[in-house]
Amino acid sequence: MTMSILHRATGAALLFGGLSLLTWWLVAAATSADAYKLFVACATSPVGWLVLVGLSWSAFQHLCSGVRHLIMDTVWGFDKRTTKRVATATWVMGLVLTALFWAAVLVSRGAI
Amino acid sequence: MASRFHSSSDMKRARGLGSAKAGVHHWWLVRVTAVGNFTLLLWFVASLLLLPSLDHATVTAWIAQPLVAIPLVLMILSTFWHARLGFQVFIEDYVHSDGWKLIALTALSFFLLALGAASIFSVLAIAFGAR
Repeated sequence: MTMSILHRATGAALLFGGLSLLTWWLVAAATSADAYKLFVACATSPVGWLVLVGLSWSAFQHLCSGVRHLIMDTVWGFDKRTTKRVATATWVMGLVLTALFWAAVLVSRGAI
Repeated sequence: MASRFHSSSDMKRARGLGSAKAGVHHWWLVRVTAVGNFTLLLWFVASLLLLPSLDHATVTAWIAQPLVAIPLVLMILSTFWHARLGFQVFIEDYVHSDGWKLIALTALSFFLLALGAASIFSVLAIAFGAR
């Protein structure tokens, strides 16, 4: 139940937040250096970072609960113990992947 | 099959046929685009991380390469298509009136087509050197 709602909520966030942001980034890049600068200024503002972290977690969480859906497609693991374990695993993996991603961002930008 | 032993009208029989048999296709396309999203987003994020900078000059020079512009367009198609299919289920499950359901699905299509067209146009404009 929680997993299903989370999968839909993160999916909706990625649609309205992620795809809108991707479009803004590309249109700004194609428009001018100034338009691109405005995008970067917004994306790297405190609210911008919060949105980016939220969207990255949404993406990894959606990926993990999506893999869970693929597992359910195979009709495997419908007993109570396994469903609980898989649900916990998607939470943990979603958070771990988000942390690894931001660690990679910091390393690639020379911050670490 | 039409049969001379049945007196019911075509419409009455059509109504009894069950689903439009499009559900499996929808389900399958969600999986196919999900795999496309995973592969292309992995490439996209890894590429951005490996770029020396994310300033305007670096990013546009990167997008201008054919082997970047092509997968980028594919990524836009895959992610937007997946979003269209996924959010359709969301609308179908939570919007119960037929009228509002139709309006919401149409608005979703227009919204994603507009954003998707803008994204693809921007990539092509950069790739073809308009910018």
